[in-house]
Amino acid sequence: MAEMLSGGDILLKALKDTGVEMIFGYPGGSALHIYDAIFRQKDIKHILVRHEQGATHAADAYSRVTGEVGTVLVTSGPGATNAVTGIATAYMDSIPMVVISGQVMSHLIGADAFQETDMIGVSRPVVKHSFMAKSPEEIPEIIAKAYYLARTGRPGPVVVDIPKDVTAPHIKVVYKYPEKIEMRSYQPVKRGHAGQIKKAIKAILQAKRPVLYVGGGAVLGNASEQVRELAEILNFPVTNTLMGLGVIPGEDPRNMGMLGMHGTYEANMAMHHADLILCLGARFDDRTTNATAKYCPDATIVHVDIDPTSISKNVNAHIPIVGPLDSVAREMVNVFKATEKRPDTDALEQWWEQCHNWRAQHGLFTHPNHEPSKGSMIKPQDVIKMLYKVTNGDAIITSDVGQHQMFAAQYYHFNRPRQWLNSGGLGTMGYGLPAAMGAQFADRDATVACVTGEGSIQMCIQELSTCTQYHLPLKIINVNNQALGMVKQWQDMQYEGRYSESLYEESLPDFVKLAEAYGHVGMKITKWEELEEKMREAFAMTDRLVFMDIQVDPMEHVYPMQIAMGSMRDMWVNKTERT
Amino acid sequence: MTIEQKRIISVLMENAPGGLSRVVGLFSQRGYNIDSLNVAPTNDTSLSRLTLTTRCDDLVIEQVTKQLNKLIDVVKVQDITEGSHIERELMMIKVRTRGDERSEVKRCADIFRGQIIDVGPNYYTVLVEGDAAKLDAFIEALAEMRVLEVVRSGVCGIARSDKALTL
Repeated sequence: MAEMLSGGDILLKALKDTGVEMIFGYPGGSALHIYDAIFRQKDIKHILVRHEQGATHAADAYSRVTGEVGTVLVTSGPGATNAVTGIATAYMDSIPMVVISGQVMSHLIGADAFQETDMIGVSRPVVKHSFMAKSPEEIPEIIAKAYYLARTGRPGPVVVDIPKDVTAPHIKVVYKYPEKIEMRSYQPVKRGHAGQIKKAIKAILQAKRPVLYVGGGAVLGNASEQVRELAEILNFPVTNTLMGLGVIPGEDPRNMGMLGMHGTYEANMAMHHADLILCLGARFDDRTTNATAKYCPDATIVHVDIDPTSISKNVNAHIPIVGPLDSVAREMVNVFKATEKRPDTDALEQWWEQCHNWRAQHGLFTHPNHEPSKGSMIKPQDVIKMLYKVTNGDAIITSDVGQHQMFAAQYYHFNRPRQWLNSGGLGTMGYGLPAAMGAQFADRDATVACVTGEGSIQMCIQELSTCTQYHLPLKIINVNNQALGMVKQWQDMQYEGRYSESLYEESLPDFVKLAEAYGHVGMKITKWEELEEKMREAFAMTDRLVFMDIQVDPMEHVYPMQIAMGSMRDMWVNKTERT
Repeated sequence: MTIEQKRIISVLMENAPGGLSRVVGLFSQRGYNIDSLNVAPTNDTSLSRLTLTTRCDDLVIEQVTKQLNKLIDVVKVQDITEGSHIERELMMIKVRTRGDERSEVKRCADIFRGQIIDVGPNYYTVLVEGDAAKLDAFIEALAEMRVLEVVRSGVCGIARSDKALTL
């Protein structure tokens, strides 16, 4: 006779059979049967965070580093609602994640019971799909479907809500894991339309001023190798979105850097003047297009994306291709391998000369937009450059949201995909530290650095305690400008310097003591001349979390910055010059 | 510039809990309007057929149908206004009727091929079916009367061809 199991044990067994190795979570009343089942098994490791938001970001980062689905477990009510920010973060960046939430007992649903929230309803706009388990028998199939949905097609978070009685120890049923998952209403596309790919090839062959525009889809779709080959075989200039950093090596000569609001001068100029934009897995987000009415006026746009809704949503695609990027890019590479035909090489040479000229004029590294650091004036840009130097460009970098995020994206050369983790779509302050934890759990040998600011770090600072519990030797780079830097930059540029609620005055904690209170190492760095030595010292402590509180120039702005309502080429290149 | 037009969208979806809220949520979340909506199981009770009407231009309708298709529970989506189609709506209208009004309402109902399906000393309830414009016209025809209550089913539609919106 088949073994009879409770809903709680069935859940854990189903998770194991799905391949789950780690859960990030926080217990509470409605989830206690599940937690008891966790206690009684050894296959899946549970990581106890300090706030449910931390669990979701950690699972999200775990997924970004490994490519697997991240798993979160929270209780009902506040546990569930605290997870919503992290779910929305994952949703906006298409990160595969399954969030299991305890729910009040079935007979109490709708009764405004203690710690009751309609989690299915609350999370609905920020999930790929959601399920409620009504009986223990349903759990294995729901779990199998949840993970299948999370990782296939355009990935995203899936919520599984389980009322407490469904996991109760005294109700035991037969465990049966589905052999195969089939959903008649869900069939993700397996390859691009051959006719459309042919059209794209034709457009590519006619291009004289092409740009390869690469997004996060190339990371999520594991298409980095194919995209690199395509860039090489065509010798096209490449730009990437914030989410696409690392797909093409940062130091590759074809890499023009990030595009968009804080993109490089050369990338934005190239986009504006391009006659062909080959977009691979990006979604023409408003932060990358500036005003769509003035967007890249001469360009034929080829848009490859796995999600048909991303195509012609913001910018009309002339040649849309719906399909997985690895397969579509591979097909394109194969076409060019089989033929001698190439776009007009003379035209391409001229185009490259133009791109190099743009880079020489206002490139981030060829023509710095800020003064050099000196004495007690440490420039935040130089902090990132130093981080790159000290880590040999090899660290996994997480970031929070704001100026430091943009500086990290601009000045750290990411040479591989899944090396750069940030909340690109939702822009969630507080992401950095728990994400760094998730990254370190995903790769215990990696050097993981969290680039943050004194504003963002305080949004999830409680996770320093989790780092103590699990001995996570993270390196925190606190780019401390004593203000909400990006808010302040906008107030400088658009509100005549009226710093409405963006300054902390004398209220910031002593971060060194704070780190020490959690059992970590704290360092305060105030002089440019000591930055390299101290940073090296910190990274040499491979078994300790080191919190580097680095005092930077509070007046620095992020440049280039596109001018609102303008075209791609309309930018401030530094505080006084604009295009 | 494309112009806004009335669209009738048919959606075949899993008859599963939460499905309807996902459709309705999608419309409010993305800023699309719903003019009418109805939903009921089909002959295959594991599937529901949903018909909704909206006014939008070509660009928006493309997004609406794509977004609906993206919902996991949705099996198929069709904008039936793209081709030849039939639409029907059902309306029950309760009108205050005293004295001469009774014959006047009866006459109007006959003209619109409606039926009086309930009657009281002071009122008639008339059932009318047809396309949305016909029902609007019937309400207009009773403009002089005191309409007590109107209930409309929302538009149901089906394409005029042997192609069907099925699995």
